[in-house]
Amino acid sequence: MNKFLMSGNNIIGEAAIRAGCRFYAGYPITPQNELTEYMAEHMRNAEGGVFIQSESEVAAIHMITGAAAAGARVMTSSSSPGISLKQEGISSLAACELPSVIVNIMRGGPGLGNIRPAQGDYFQATRGGGHGDYRTIVFGPATCQELADLTMDAFDLADKYRTPVMILADGMMGQMMEPVIFKKPKPRQYSENFMLRGAGDGKSKIIRGLILDAIDMEEHNWKLARKYEVITKSEIRYETYQTDDAELVVVAYGTAARIAKGAIKRLREHNKVKAGLFRPITLWPFPETQLRSLSGKIKDFLVFEMSTGQMLEDVRLSLQGYADIGFHGRPGGAVPTPAELANVIARYYEKKD
Amino acid sequence: MATKAIFSGFGGQGVLMMGYSLAHSAMNKGYHVTFLPSYGAEVRGGTANCTVAIAEEEIASPVASEPDYLVAMNSPSLFTFQNKITAGGVIFLNSSIIKDHPNRPDVDICSVPCSELAEEMGNSRVANIIMMGAFIKKTGIVTAEIYLQSLESILGSKKKSAAEINRRAFSTGFDYLKN
Amino acid sequence: MAKVIFQRPKYLKENVFHYCPGCGHSIAHRLIAEVIEEMGIRGITIGVPPAGCAVLAYNYFDLDMIEAQHGRGPALATGLKRTLPDRFVFSYQGDGDLAAIGIAESFHAANRGENITVFFINNAVYGMTGGQMAPTTILEQRTTTTPAGRHKTLDGYPVKVCELLSQLPGVAYAQRCTLTSPAQVNKTKKAIRKAFQCQKDALGFSIVEILSPCPTNWKMSPIDACKWIDEVMSKEFPLDVFKDITPAAQKNTEAV
Ligand SMILES: Cc1ncc(C[n+]2csc(CCOP(=O)(O)OP(=O)(O)O)c2C)c(N)n1
Ligand code: SF4
Repeated sequence: MNKFLMSGNNIIGEAAIRAGCRFYAGYPITPQNELTEYMAEHMRNAEGGVFIQSESEVAAIHMITGAAAAGARVMTSSSSPGISLKQEGISSLAACELPSVIVNIMRGGPGLGNIRPAQGDYFQATRGGGHGDYRTIVFGPATCQELADLTMDAFDLADKYRTPVMILADGMMGQMMEPVIFKKPKPRQYSENFMLRGAGDGKSKIIRGLILDAIDMEEHNWKLARKYEVITKSEIRYETYQTDDAELVVVAYGTAARIAKGAIKRLREHNKVKAGLFRPITLWPFPETQLRSLSGKIKDFLVFEMSTGQMLEDVRLSLQGYADIGFHGRPGGAVPTPAELANVIARYYEKKD
Repeated sequence: MATKAIFSGFGGQGVLMMGYSLAHSAMNKGYHVTFLPSYGAEVRGGTANCTVAIAEEEIASPVASEPDYLVAMNSPSLFTFQNKITAGGVIFLNSSIIKDHPNRPDVDICSVPCSELAEEMGNSRVANIIMMGAFIKKTGIVTAEIYLQSLESILGSKKKSAAEINRRAFSTGFDYLKN
Repeated sequence: MAKVIFQRPKYLKENVFHYCPGCGHSIAHRLIAEVIEEMGIRGITIGVPPAGCAVLAYNYFDLDMIEAQHGRGPALATGLKRTLPDRFVFSYQGDGDLAAIGIAESFHAANRGENITVFFINNAVYGMTGGQMAPTTILEQRTTTTPAGRHKTLDGYPVKVCELLSQLPGVAYAQRCTLTSPAQVNKTKKAIRKAFQCQKDALGFSIVEILSPCPTNWKMSPIDACKWIDEVMSKEFPLDVFKDITPAAQKNTEAV
């Protein structure tokens, strides 16, 4: 199989095009510019491919909304401040049940923040982000290979559930190159029923989020909620590493999870702490019961995030008081080395003893 | 444990290419690799650097807090990174440009006048490949053959002459270092 | 006794500019600082830097300043000015900031005739993010998002901000200038002064567009970048006064 050495940003672009994405709109923002630039270079060469550098992130999200309604596989990408601007459109995509993929290569925030890798958008991503009662499926890839695989899967899930899917990565994942193998994309499976193609002689259709009648709106909300329940039952993904004999489990996702894995290896090599890793891959739906099941044997958990503590709340909700939870955060673009994190874990564990 | 190298210099000296070609050849040898370029406002003012990590196992962090190797193509690169190199590591200096001496008694210094050697070859643009010749010889991370194969596949074998120049540049650097 | 003929303007801080060699932002900063000094308005001026290469402008201007999100400068400046009508308020913006993401804010601040000044640095690319297409990128120009050159049917046409905004009744003054020669620099300085004067006289919205070299993303030497402005860019974006309702200007037109 063909192995490529590519940056995360380019990998997302290539995976999307291979998966049949034929409409991309985006606006430059560091650290995801290479993705927009990759699409500028390659999308128009793909058959039927459309690339638009939009005038803003607001425009981009509404452009992909139109293209999704017309039946294209669509994607937009940005980084934190731009993702904030897209929220209006993401809310609409969820309301109108339009399949779409949104990439957030997170940077330090709030405000303009900086362009270093960070994980401060977890709440925004996993709680819906925009207004109204909705969720988006959120993937938190930790390697470039996973970026490729999950980007392809994101399109499939978006079609399967007719819902926006977000890839939540950070500046490190976007900029870093690693070897990658692109899997064969699955053939697209979707129903054409919802798409607008012009009514012809048939019955006309509308796509809308506006439902003025309260009871009808309530029913729409419950319909979405039932869909989210199915997603929660069927689409959870996570990885465990060395949890079988662990005395302490680190919970981390994305870049933070890579660092944590390195730290755990060190700790075990030096016979310091028998630590393990629990890594959610879907951040929403969060692998709640899977994490809780660990608390039968293990009573110490340490959440590590490149934020001041956001996924921490999901871990608390999952463990429901069955185990002790510590937290270590490095917000604002600071990324610790595995050695530094190993020390933090060791100190935390010793103090607990 | 991962072996980590930082390549640094002016934009235009081809430092990203150096790192990329090393990572690519290590990948072809079956290693796990990561390549992390400097980006954003860091690059303004015309400096560039990248970090390559190579290991037998998964790599946790693509960042090098204590790199084993520094390849400094200009003086600012030397000043920025020399204190990070791990004890017993190696600093490769483009001695055509860098007249300062590193302040580290505990690392091996490998001076290669790669800009001058490139001028002598009549092609100033291959200074980076000359340095890579020296780097590969000294570190032995991959064999010369694997490296050159990677280089050719990266640059595309469109121009036979370009491939030939790169081969010669690589040997110049490789042979410059006495065993 | 030695006579000082050239020195750092009083209201530029001691910090070294982070701009690339040959970048127009540095000159534009200097001119604005000089005018503020000459008009004696430093204590009553508030500046709004953009998201763009000039995002750190507050490190250079010794003025009260508040950061705006990308493109929102004119809205933020509106809030400042309406609250402090006797202060001078300016927004400093690039072409992406003003004419892409912030076109709505710019257009409507101008249309409301907000009594603020906008300094508009047109360098035909997105500098900060690495040379992507800007609304002002000219046709066929290669950028990192128009690798084959800007294509009119796929990417649209260059936006002419002064021409557009000068149509709005709220606009008092709109001039396009450049920085490619000492004479042009002097003209630009005069325009900056006039814009502030409009604000002083409460005439409405004033904008000075400055065609500004970005050697880094144009991949040119600073001198070639200036040449490109003179020979190519200023053909697309003519240097001119597009609107001027100051009494002096009105008198001139009557005389013609
Ligand atoms: C909402 C949002 N989107 C994108 C960005 C990233 N960004 C920062 S500056 C900039 C454009 C800069 O170009 P321009 O306005 O032309 O100014 P220049 O850097 O050329 O001076 C962009 C896209 C951002 N900060 N916020
Ligand atoms: S990138 Fe262009 S606009 Fe930005 S500082 Fe450099 S020359 Fe100036």
